[in-house]
Amino acid sequence: MTFKRKLLSTAAILALSAGAAHAQVSGNVVKIGVLNDQSGTYADLAGPGSVLAAKMAVEDFMAKDKSLKIEVIAADHQNKPDVGSQIARKWYDSDGVDLIVDVPTSSVALAVNQVTKEKGKALIVSTGASSDLTGKACSPNTIHWTYDTWQLANGTGKAIVQTGGDSWFFLTADYAFGHALERDTEAVVIKSGGKVLGKVRHPFPSADFSSFLLQAQASKAKIIGLANAGADTTNAIKQAAEFGIVKGGQNLAGLLVFLTDVHALGLEKAQGLIFTESFYWDLNDQTRAWSKRYGAAHGGKMPSMGQAGVYSGVLHYLKAVSALKSDDGTKVIAKMKAMPTDDPLFGKGSIRADGRKIHNSYLFEVKKPSESKGPWDYYKLRATVPAEQAFRPMAEGGCPLVAAK
Amino acid sequence: MTEIFGKPLPVIMGQLLIGLINGSFYALLSLGLAVIFGLLNIINFTHGAQYMMGAFAAYFLLNKLGLNYWWAFAIAPLIVGATGVVIERLMLSRLYKLDHLYGLLLTFGIALIIQGAFRHEFGSAGLPYSIPEELSGGNNLGFMFLPKYRAWVIVASLGVCIATWFIIERTRLGAYLRAATENPAMVQSFGINVPRMITLTYGFGVALAGLAGVMAAPIYQVNPLMGADTIIVVFAVVVIGGMGSIMGAVVTGFGLGVIEGLTKVFYPEASNTVIFVIMAIVLMFRPQGLFGSR
Amino acid sequence: MADQYKPHASRDDAAEARYDRRAFLVMMALFLVAPAVVYPVFVMKALCFALFACAFNLLLGFGGLLSFGHSMFLGMAGYASAHAAKVWGLPPEFAILAGAAAATLLGVPTGLLAIRRQGIYFAMITLALAQMVFFFCLQVPFTGGEDGIQSVPRGHFVGFLDLRNMTVLYYVVLAIFTAGFLLIYRIIHSPFGQVLKAIRENEPRATSLGYRTEHYKLAAFVLSAGLAGLAGATKAIVFQLASLTDVHWTMSGEVVLMTLLGGMGTIFGPVVGAFAIITMENYLAELGSWFTITQGAIFVVCVLAFRRGLIGELEAWLRRRRAG
Repeated sequence: MTFKRKLLSTAAILALSAGAAHAQVSGNVVKIGVLNDQSGTYADLAGPGSVLAAKMAVEDFMAKDKSLKIEVIAADHQNKPDVGSQIARKWYDSDGVDLIVDVPTSSVALAVNQVTKEKGKALIVSTGASSDLTGKACSPNTIHWTYDTWQLANGTGKAIVQTGGDSWFFLTADYAFGHALERDTEAVVIKSGGKVLGKVRHPFPSADFSSFLLQAQASKAKIIGLANAGADTTNAIKQAAEFGIVKGGQNLAGLLVFLTDVHALGLEKAQGLIFTESFYWDLNDQTRAWSKRYGAAHGGKMPSMGQAGVYSGVLHYLKAVSALKSDDGTKVIAKMKAMPTDDPLFGKGSIRADGRKIHNSYLFEVKKPSESKGPWDYYKLRATVPAEQAFRPMAEGGCPLVAAK
Repeated sequence: MTEIFGKPLPVIMGQLLIGLINGSFYALLSLGLAVIFGLLNIINFTHGAQYMMGAFAAYFLLNKLGLNYWWAFAIAPLIVGATGVVIERLMLSRLYKLDHLYGLLLTFGIALIIQGAFRHEFGSAGLPYSIPEELSGGNNLGFMFLPKYRAWVIVASLGVCIATWFIIERTRLGAYLRAATENPAMVQSFGINVPRMITLTYGFGVALAGLAGVMAAPIYQVNPLMGADTIIVVFAVVVIGGMGSIMGAVVTGFGLGVIEGLTKVFYPEASNTVIFVIMAIVLMFRPQGLFGSR
Repeated sequence: MADQYKPHASRDDAAEARYDRRAFLVMMALFLVAPAVVYPVFVMKALCFALFACAFNLLLGFGGLLSFGHSMFLGMAGYASAHAAKVWGLPPEFAILAGAAAATLLGVPTGLLAIRRQGIYFAMITLALAQMVFFFCLQVPFTGGEDGIQSVPRGHFVGFLDLRNMTVLYYVVLAIFTAGFLLIYRIIHSPFGQVLKAIRENEPRATSLGYRTEHYKLAAFVLSAGLAGLAGATKAIVFQLASLTDVHWTMSGEVVLMTLLGGMGTIFGPVVGAFAIITMENYLAELGSWFTITQGAIFVVCVLAFRRGLIGELEAWLRRRRAG
């Protein structure tokens, strides 16, 4: 282990000196790989939309700065860590990719995080959720851009307990991401004075939630927390409506809900859901203008927060490459952390030493069908969590990068 | 509150009922598989994809032609059955002289093509399909809230299963079918067009899958992958019931749904696997399945 | 299963051995120079799958048993070797052996259960058992659930070969593949292999000749499991990752496809099939669901028009040419 670390640091020094000798862009082109789920459960909330967002970032960057040649490619990791790490390896080794973005599915994000560190390249995680990426698995080559499990748990959990939802029952996807989300939320609920009456873990993915919902119903908990994602969440919500759970006085808390999920559910079924996101297309004039452009190129669909994060992250990356006149992964990431961020979607922000991008976090409620003024008009803003409170304090994450300093 | 093994009675009753609902789908799907296996000796791996196609057919009938659930209930199985007829004529009919395993491999391939194509076209977040208005809402049974639609699923599925059993076991047409299973050459010599009967049987079995798909659409999302894993569970149901046994498929379909429901109360993580465990045990002691005769 | 096609029935042994030797030399020559031309990680992946498919073919092509659950051996071995290397800190050669041993051990009870049935039942029971193993892997903590076991150390093979060097790693993987391949070749051409073929062709006859066919089938099953495990264990070390993908039933389908495409019951077919599928996967990965569609289309074409597979057709063509 110490040997390996020594080797890594030697490699880093070598790379640094090589970079200093001729600071330039490898292969004369900055190559960006969008790695996500193009065809599975998360294809709508990431997928081709993220590729479009990355291309828009390149377009907008090129409009102001023509010094770089930039290329965007994409691949489908099928939500499998082995497929994802193999593509990442191939991209870095033989295709000259400098940056990988997006990477939904925590397990894949963690695997690609590892490969990126080993190869000294750059990774911006947007749709991936696990807060471990800036915790025990943090890396000098990774930035976690849009959101994480801690942020979701903290935003949604606290808000719900404060408004009277003080007894919880968890419906948890039985895998690492679900467990993490459940653990983080449970901690917040208890800390805020609520209690957890029970939990049930469902296989991933699951088509039928009726029996789990019955158990949740029997628990008499005020809040049923859905610690799952994508189709699991939408199915659970749909079936909860069928069993009259909300009518019976219990409320659902979607712990990870994307705009595209709400769209798939329809307002009739999704109304009243409360959850945390980092972005919504209808926040201000800038987000509306950008989302309109995005929608025009994407069949009228509005971006999810993950897709918006890809745009924002790629834009900042390109600024850093341009400022540095180099696409060396480790150095660019360091530069990105040093520069303040600013873009039309997330506004002004910053990146912490542990790789956590810091911005505001929003608590939304899904509108009633009668309140919606048109297609994609889905959310009401309930609260804004200011940037400095939205994310886990750096000291609590246990990131070795920070501890070393 | 009354408790059984530390679980409140209402929860157990609720789960039993839910199990029965899931069992309805298992029964319908395994019935189709059993009908097909009985006459064609083919394990129809495409069954899950055809179940999914039924749900999609319902979705399109509603959104493109404005035909509601009840129309879909009648038309979608015919559409899916028709595609089945095409598959049988073009491909399956070439394999009858070969080992049964080739049929398994061929239909596995067809399933991959269909699922891939739908996924390519429609993504996989799922398309919404509402419960028909007549059946929305539900009744409070005291121990649980039973949505009307789920009650309808149990009733409709039972009805279809009994009708199918009646046709095959009690009518002249069914007699031909059963005879053709035993000795096709003999039946052919009586002037009955056996190849056409085989084609229509496959079409019928597939139509049952399509029907299950229509019934599933309002409960689950209409999703290109909705049949991919379901089909493996249903295979297990058919094997436990006895390959080709109509009665076996129906009874084990409902029965295993109930057992799965109980597993969800006592050990939810195992709910995906309990059926396979039962299958292994049954195969050990009764390889022909619980109701199989061969 | 393979009753359509009896690969070596019409050739005398000497000609067969000559042909095999020549083909083997061509194959080895290609593999030796491959990393200079192709991305080595890709070739290593294909080699692991080629060994997996060869092990599977030992059971299907020569034992006549179609297993639809071979992913359990590939995946379990991967977990075992990754665990051995990462948690116990074993050097890679022992980690790989631990993986193969785990698969062999798993092969005994599953084999005992499965070989009591034949044909479709055999396929279904292996599928069910694999599903149970999948469940086991999803639940137990040591597999890391959905995350898998990540960042498995590669270490030094037999003490001095540093596997972090890509070239060294490649030739070690090639050596493991070759050893496994030759072992399978030996098994097929041993008296044991002959009895196995006899059972495949006509089991009652083999029984009446006094062979305990159950024992032979079990032995073939366990050997196949162990060799599939060798492939899975090596794969885990190469990719530094053991994941649920390798235990999922779709992996069992994939190895069936490789063997079918290459030619079941042939010596080299599974290798060719594995390379063809992995190449496709490599180039079609960017196209998403097109890969699934293509896989399905290959299945359909193979079953309808191409049951001998690539190598089977090639051999048949060579034989016709020699005869005519």
